[in-house]
Amino acid sequence: MLSVTGLTMRFGGLKAVDDLSFEARAGEITAVIGPNGAGKTTVFNCITGFYRPSEGGIVLTDAEGARFALDRMPGHRIASRAKVARTFQNIRLFAGMTVLENLLVAQHNVLIRASGFTLLAVLGVGRYRAAEAHGLEKARHWLDRIGLIDRADDPAGALPYGAQRRLEIARAMCIDPVLLCLDEPAAGLNPRETDALNALLLAIRADGCTLLLIEHDMGVVMRISDHIVVLDHGKKIADGTPAEVRADPAVIAAYLGEGDEDEEAA
Amino acid sequence: MKSAVRDAGLSALVALGLFAPLIGLVTENGDHGLELRGRPLAAAAVVVLVFLGRLLMLTRAAHIAPPVVSGPSPAMVRAGRALAPALLVFALVLPFGGSRYYVDLATLVLTYIMLGWGLNVVVGLAGLLDLGYVAFYAVGAYSYALLAVNFGLGFWSCLPLAGILAAFWGVLLGFPVLRLRGDYLAIVTLAFGEIIRIVLNNWVSLTNGPNGITGIPRPTLFGLRFSMDGGEGTFAGFFNMEPETIQRVIFLYYVILGLALLTNWFTLRLRRTPLGRAWEALREDETACRSLGINVTNTKLTAFAIGAMFGGFAGAFFATRQAFISPESFTFIESATVLAIVVLGGLGSQLGVALAAIVMVGGLELLRAFLSFLADQMGSPIFAGIANELPLYRMLIFGLALVVVMVLRPRGMVSTRTPTVLLVARGQG
Repeated sequence: MLSVTGLTMRFGGLKAVDDLSFEARAGEITAVIGPNGAGKTTVFNCITGFYRPSEGGIVLTDAEGARFALDRMPGHRIASRAKVARTFQNIRLFAGMTVLENLLVAQHNVLIRASGFTLLAVLGVGRYRAAEAHGLEKARHWLDRIGLIDRADDPAGALPYGAQRRLEIARAMCIDPVLLCLDEPAAGLNPRETDALNALLLAIRADGCTLLLIEHDMGVVMRISDHIVVLDHGKKIADGTPAEVRADPAVIAAYLGEGDEDEEAA
Repeated sequence: MKSAVRDAGLSALVALGLFAPLIGLVTENGDHGLELRGRPLAAAAVVVLVFLGRLLMLTRAAHIAPPVVSGPSPAMVRAGRALAPALLVFALVLPFGGSRYYVDLATLVLTYIMLGWGLNVVVGLAGLLDLGYVAFYAVGAYSYALLAVNFGLGFWSCLPLAGILAAFWGVLLGFPVLRLRGDYLAIVTLAFGEIIRIVLNNWVSLTNGPNGITGIPRPTLFGLRFSMDGGEGTFAGFFNMEPETIQRVIFLYYVILGLALLTNWFTLRLRRTPLGRAWEALREDETACRSLGINVTNTKLTAFAIGAMFGGFAGAFFATRQAFISPESFTFIESATVLAIVVLGGLGSQLGVALAAIVMVGGLELLRAFLSFLADQMGSPIFAGIANELPLYRMLIFGLALVVVMVLRPRGMVSTRTPTVLLVARGQG
């Protein structure tokens, strides 16, 4: 599905990611973990086109066998063509718009084509109506799944924190991604919300979507991941199943042995 | 109480420092050139006013609990819903009840409403701070003026061309500023507005420079001219009426009303399309837009282009109404006025922009007329002085109104946002 080879990202003299290679296999949940400042979010930003890697390749192969070189695509095409969706560490909803509008904006590319690039929609003719009804149906489906159907017409910024996290995932899912990248989805959630999140992520995986996950909550990581990649100081120090990683001495050293209070996540 | 008096005294002192030279001194043409004349009474009046006002504010504020922030009351919502249709009806019947002065004033207000609605697309919906909007107004005006004067084209065939040319310049401006946000974008657009004006001023062979373009033809009604000869092919001749100037004034009023309503209709429809939602999403969070596969470049450019197009329409109308344009009409102050209207009205709110334009442009003019009337009645030198100088205080009042609105209503006069789509209305529309 996703194959990262020799990925290096430099910011001036700093090597945030150093010669990283890993695979995220189709239909699995792959977790990227590591101490603060290990370069996890940088990897995500490279995969989703927010950064252009200094070196290395990122190739996505979808179910039909089409290959996309993500490291060379413009950011918005990674979402619209290669169908890679992402969420953000600090939630980035369209806070002033309603929950429903957030989900419709995510279907922008489908809808704008149906709207005859806006002209037909302004005049109120053509198949735009049907397309919009279909878009609303999809939004409704996701609102049902994340339990926010009653809040559909409220501003997204007015939702409680946990609901905003779920909405951001639903919004990302509305672009029909083949790969969903989640940057700390469990951050700030209470145990009950974390359980609901786990269930949601497993359901998304069951639908056939591949997940890539950055997470600090080891409970979440160990319970739902099929495969874990551990980073420290931009380098991969371990790669395997949850059980293997948990037993890896290098991982234990990275988490417990070396203090990294002086480092902050990017 | 004592501290309140001291505070008010301090305010009065600041006012004295400000207004003693501003209001207390006047220059007059005397026998030996300019002479300075004192006007202590007027300055003292203002200082006393500030003192009392500050005192009142402090003593009353002590008694009144801070206002409870809440949503609009149901009565207010009902009134707000009735306001837009009421304004529309008023605008439609206005020429039948008003004198030429009021129709002219309303035409001016509607021009600013249209500019405000056009800029609202860029600033209010897409969140791109544009301080050079007047450039598109100028492009529209000069497009029509040059096409009409050099090639003899009519207003109605030039109107779309003026819009297209302005939109083209909108895209041209858009390209270099795509990566900029906020303050940086504002500075570049400001420079763009100035560049257009300076080019118009100096390209004498094309634009006739500071002398401007004269003899710009008036629009026709299905080919009927509004001329004073009343012969064949004129409006008055066709309808067997006495030719009067007011006919043309009223016609021009309805033209700008139609154009403004078209702008409003188009913008309201656009808001409900994917493009409109993408604009608003862009305003909320550009990074999230990119992550959802929205082409940020195209979305921004369409916002610039469509906003500029409406500015171009308004510019063409301005040229045909004035029959004369020069670069002087397209200074930065126009951009600032339109932007102030948009911000004051409430970013993104069509009704708010209309209200703000009425208050800012119409209200100020009416205030001036009212004060001159008062001065005539009273013959008081204080009022006469202020009435004559009111245009000079325009920016002061502007700033003051902005400050007051921003303090009382930080998100503009109309700050509620109507969702573009509701789940409960699903299936009905």
